[in-house]
Amino acid sequence: MPVMEYIDAIRLAMKEEMQRDEDVFVLGEDVGRKGGVFTTTKGLMEQFGQHRVLDTPLAESAIAGVAIGAAMYGMKPIAEMQYSDFMFPATNQIISEAAKIRYRSNNDWSCPVVIRAPIGGGIFGGLYHSQCPESVFFGTPGLKIVAPYSAYDAKGLLKAAVRDPDPVLFFEHKKCYKLVTGEVPDDDYIVPIGKANVLREGEDITVIGYSLPLHYVMEAAAELEQEEGIQAHVLDLRTLQPLDKDAIRAAVTKTGKVLIVHEDNKTGGVGAEVAAIIAEELLYELDAPIMRLCGPDVPAMPINPPSEKFFMLNKEKAKEAMRNLAMY
Amino acid sequence: MPQLAESLVSATIDKWLKQPGDSVELYEPICEILTDKVNAELPSTVTGKLVKILAGDGEKVDVGTPICLIETADSDESVSDAAVNQTQTSGSRNAAESSEEQSTERSMRSRLSPAVQQLAAEHGIDLAQVQGSGLGGRITRKDILSYVESGKKSGTVQARAVNMDPKLAVRTTGLHLAETPKIPQIEIEKAIPGRGEYFIDVTPIRNAIARNMRQSVTEIPHAWTMIEVDVTNIVILRNKLKDEFVKREGVNLTYLAFLMKAVVNAIKDFPIMNSVWAVDKIIVKRDINISLAVGTEDSVLTPVIKNADQKNIAGIAREIDDLARKTRDGKLTLNDMQGGTFTVNNTGSFGSILSYPIINYPQAAILTFESIVKRPVVINDMIAVRSMANICLSLDHRILDGVICGRFLQRVKDNLESYNSETTLY
Repeated sequence: MPVMEYIDAIRLAMKEEMQRDEDVFVLGEDVGRKGGVFTTTKGLMEQFGQHRVLDTPLAESAIAGVAIGAAMYGMKPIAEMQYSDFMFPATNQIISEAAKIRYRSNNDWSCPVVIRAPIGGGIFGGLYHSQCPESVFFGTPGLKIVAPYSAYDAKGLLKAAVRDPDPVLFFEHKKCYKLVTGEVPDDDYIVPIGKANVLREGEDITVIGYSLPLHYVMEAAAELEQEEGIQAHVLDLRTLQPLDKDAIRAAVTKTGKVLIVHEDNKTGGVGAEVAAIIAEELLYELDAPIMRLCGPDVPAMPINPPSEKFFMLNKEKAKEAMRNLAMY
Repeated sequence: MPQLAESLVSATIDKWLKQPGDSVELYEPICEILTDKVNAELPSTVTGKLVKILAGDGEKVDVGTPICLIETADSDESVSDAAVNQTQTSGSRNAAESSEEQSTERSMRSRLSPAVQQLAAEHGIDLAQVQGSGLGGRITRKDILSYVESGKKSGTVQARAVNMDPKLAVRTTGLHLAETPKIPQIEIEKAIPGRGEYFIDVTPIRNAIARNMRQSVTEIPHAWTMIEVDVTNIVILRNKLKDEFVKREGVNLTYLAFLMKAVVNAIKDFPIMNSVWAVDKIIVKRDINISLAVGTEDSVLTPVIKNADQKNIAGIAREIDDLARKTRDGKLTLNDMQGGTFTVNNTGSFGSILSYPIINYPQAAILTFESIVKRPVVINDMIAVRSMANICLSLDHRILDGVICGRFLQRVKDNLESYNSETTLY
């Protein structure tokens, strides 16, 4: 099985979907001639031509609006937001139009659009290139949101997103692009939207999260098992909306001690909802307070390296939080 | 190894500029490094003496990994890690603190988590007997589980009645965004012998019929009208021709073929009958494709006679026979079912004299041909026995009104009554 980087898996998914279905096309800033600022769409214009790989003006509202309109008319657009930070001018299109059109038209219209956006920090990007916007979109019924952790999931989830009949936000972590490599089959598989994935079995604590921080969690879990005999059960949500409640229930019931991890800031994040679900449904399974390890509630990712390091999660932070929970 | 650029995870050391034993100033370049994006000199982060090189020339090093050791002037404790990563200490200090806490303090001994109480009740455990390994001597869920496993179950404390199945006790407040509304499962308690109910699985075709009927009735405002036709001439004409026709064509000459021809000719005069409601416009179809309702034991299908206006009575009779046979044999293709613009149902075939059909969505109207019955009729103030039949029409009242439908039915009636013994089938 070929081993490839996370970013290559995303590119391969787009390429395969464009080959499979003529209605699939890509649009965004610099996605064509330049091949994307991260090279995510590199080679697509050469292969599929400029009518299927559109370089757009610097106007995210228009990128989303054009994609949503095309989707409502039967196309399968993949819109790229260069950084998820730039997505906010498009939120009105996404939340008020894409998410609601099926409901508003009583099922006459639908909007099978995929909006890809690189999230997260740790790349010295500062305020405008590091944000995690999940919580902005998370509470919007009508949207599906996925955030892959591995290269395998990145390809499978993106293909599932393209084929989904409703709008899907695809949040890829930009630090994972080159950091994460893995085996990715070159056949046509999908990872179903709405299904979480157990990354690691364990008896002592349960860690629930998504995207980049789970790599730190997995490293910490390996060390904790070896050094201190603490066995962590790790659940990758993969899909943030809709949450896989069955998998959450199963993972929590396994140990009764839960740590929720994400890079987005703590207040009002995805973890808050996961914690609420657990509190609502699993009170009698809990053996410790639900704990969260998240980004701090400060307005922005700092640009100076020490502060960025303070903001970002890492293996040490994950390890300490996991140890504290195990000892509770 | 510091992170030199966005999304960079490793770099290669090209060449060391300092060797072990050399002294280095703060910010003085110590080596040259290569990455996918940039080539750069790496400045020292401290002043001191280079003690040891950990990664040699040409070696690829992950970001965050130490590459060398530099002894600083003020460090008595030999060497300090110059490159990165000095966070190990805080974690182990915490560990030490809390293990201290655990041995001395028992403040959490009586704090019982829901999981612990639940398990203790389930297994009938006297919690006083259980050692707590958690924070502040707290009894953890795992403590209970290992206590149960070790078989030290106390005999004195009996399991209290726990009438709460944890599987059922899941409580959800309100409807969560992420789930589809729950469909209540109703279980039939017990079959009462003799007068119970039984269930028939809904077949895909039954389901399709149900869906289409419901869509038609909910979307189309139906109106209904009926007319009475004297078909005596057709009865005479058919009796004259039918034996000859079977011999020649191999199919039966039915009344339906005559009716169909009369309907098609009337649609030609009133094209609006052959239309579809499209909200902001009415689409009138040029092709006249008649859907023919064909009933079987457990369903009804509407195969289509395409371009019925271009066929004569014999041709229509043959096509009716063909479609009816295919329907009964279950051999209809998708092509046979598509493109209908107006539906005719021969309800007389099962004895009906009056029916209220549901329009075959999205068409504009449906017509039924009822049983032919001999009845006394007044003609020119004299009573005669004539073969009479009713024709019923359900119409989409968004498209059609009473006047136009009345005229259309009158035209059908005229067409039917104008058949005579001279009419030819070809």
